[in-house]
Amino acid sequence: MTSEPAASATQSRTLHPGQAHGPLLVLEAPLSLWGGMDPTTGRITDEHHPQYGAELAGRVVVLPSGRGSSSSSSVLAEAIRGGTAPAGLLLAEPDPILVLGALAAAELYGLAVPVVQLDPASYTSYTRLHDGVWLTVRAEAWTVHLRG
Amino acid sequence: MLHGDEGPAVALAMRIVTGLADAMDAPDLLPVTSAHVDSCLYHGRAGLDFAQRLVQLGGQVRVPTTLNVGSLDLLHPELSRADAQVRTHARSLMDAYTTLGARPTWTCAPYQSGHRPGLGEHVAWAESNAIVFANSVLGARTARYGDFLDICAALTGRAPRVGLHCTAARRGTAILDVSDLPATILHAELTYPLLGHLAGRHAGLEVPVFVGLPADTSEDRLKALGSAAASSGGVGMFHAVGITPEAPTLSAALGGADVPARWRVRPEDLADARRELTTAVCDRVDAVSLGTPHFSLPEFRNLAALLAEDAADVTRFAAGVEVYVSTSRAVLAQAEEEGLVAPLRAAGGTVVVDTCTYVTPILRPQTRVVLTNSAKWAYYAPANLGVQVVLANLAECVTSAQQGRVRLS
Repeated sequence: MTSEPAASATQSRTLHPGQAHGPLLVLEAPLSLWGGMDPTTGRITDEHHPQYGAELAGRVVVLPSGRGSSSSSSVLAEAIRGGTAPAGLLLAEPDPILVLGALAAAELYGLAVPVVQLDPASYTSYTRLHDGVWLTVRAEAWTVHLRG
Repeated sequence: MLHGDEGPAVALAMRIVTGLADAMDAPDLLPVTSAHVDSCLYHGRAGLDFAQRLVQLGGQVRVPTTLNVGSLDLLHPELSRADAQVRTHARSLMDAYTTLGARPTWTCAPYQSGHRPGLGEHVAWAESNAIVFANSVLGARTARYGDFLDICAALTGRAPRVGLHCTAARRGTAILDVSDLPATILHAELTYPLLGHLAGRHAGLEVPVFVGLPADTSEDRLKALGSAAASSGGVGMFHAVGITPEAPTLSAALGGADVPARWRVRPEDLADARRELTTAVCDRVDAVSLGTPHFSLPEFRNLAALLAEDAADVTRFAAGVEVYVSTSRAVLAQAEEEGLVAPLRAAGGTVVVDTCTYVTPILRPQTRVVLTNSAKWAYYAPANLGVQVVLANLAECVTSAQQGRVRLS
């Protein structure tokens, strides 16, 4: 466990507010949830993805960006509804498709999954942590608190 | 709008639009003249709950809005192999979007059915191939919108001023130079989906610029290229110098920015892309899938010409090989009027409308190997449907279906 990344997380930005507590999963490549994640199981189903088969449900997922189909918003909202979504998403680049899935799920079900754009230093720090380390994310409208 | 003075549906839609605008650091919202909605494809309860909430709140679109494919062929409902509950929900979702005032076009290629915004026009389009076509081929301006935002933009007539709405984001950032490719390759059909696949892989989220494509490259080939680039990468726009409206010259495509590194595409690169998209290693064929994105009228003409000199002289497809062509009901009506569909049906082929064979279960469950001329279909179908794919041109698809074996020329 390390708390190093938390110190530099202040430049990170809330894309969608919410709170999360869960084990870290760092994705090595961008992922399109549509065609890439099964919302009934929460697993990666894209055979082209290096982490094919990995479980996203309940994890604080660090990823470079979303990718591909714009239907991924629905897949994320459906996974949030069904409890198979990541607990939180920490991105290197802001991703409108993932934000929209989080916005819709918050409107419909009152479930707030935090989506955060990490500043470059924090992103690098988080990608160096071991998968499974527990993280807490509190993303409010203007500030982000990350603790690992 | 946000405060409910235009009704609760508009207020909800505006919360989504402004929520996205905040996340993307948009300076303001801009008015859009049309929308293309992809949210009508069923992905589970959440999408249906959202559409029905908007209906309950009395929502109505305020700009002309077309609808992307649904999960059902409403004209040929017997084609769906989805379970009864999914079919019911998928139908309810499609009904909700028409109740909201969107046109029941049910196509991923609205640009083939008269929805063609002009150069510089701001629109809110969803579905990755429609987005890349609108930006690149029409010169309209849309960011890469997804589910939920599309209908919210249609209800509010507003979208965040971000991404490809802005001139700076439309500048070419990667050059793919195809001038070294021989003319036979440049005029071959499969070159275009393969170039698109390479561009998506190479350019990622950037704006690729193609140099050296023939000036008479057809809209169908640009459609195939763009849809492939939007599948293998997050490409929302490309330029083709001398072809697409914002690229009369290379320097215009680059918008005065520094010239990025130039990748000279070689025939081996195309061969690699074809190998990458071909996952089957046998000569067995169970099905052929054409029309991703939706088949156009010129594509129906090409197919009819390959099937027969005249409709009375059609070679039937081999027993056990299913051939599907996905298109819009509008293009189907035109093709039928021209007599282009009779040869396909006489050969034993099936036309699918309102949906597409890779987003909903239509193929037989025992289908293992499918030929397609679409890099997009080849990219998504293995994960979506659990099938293996052979990428082949239209003539190879037809010959293989007739002979019941993969026959590549």
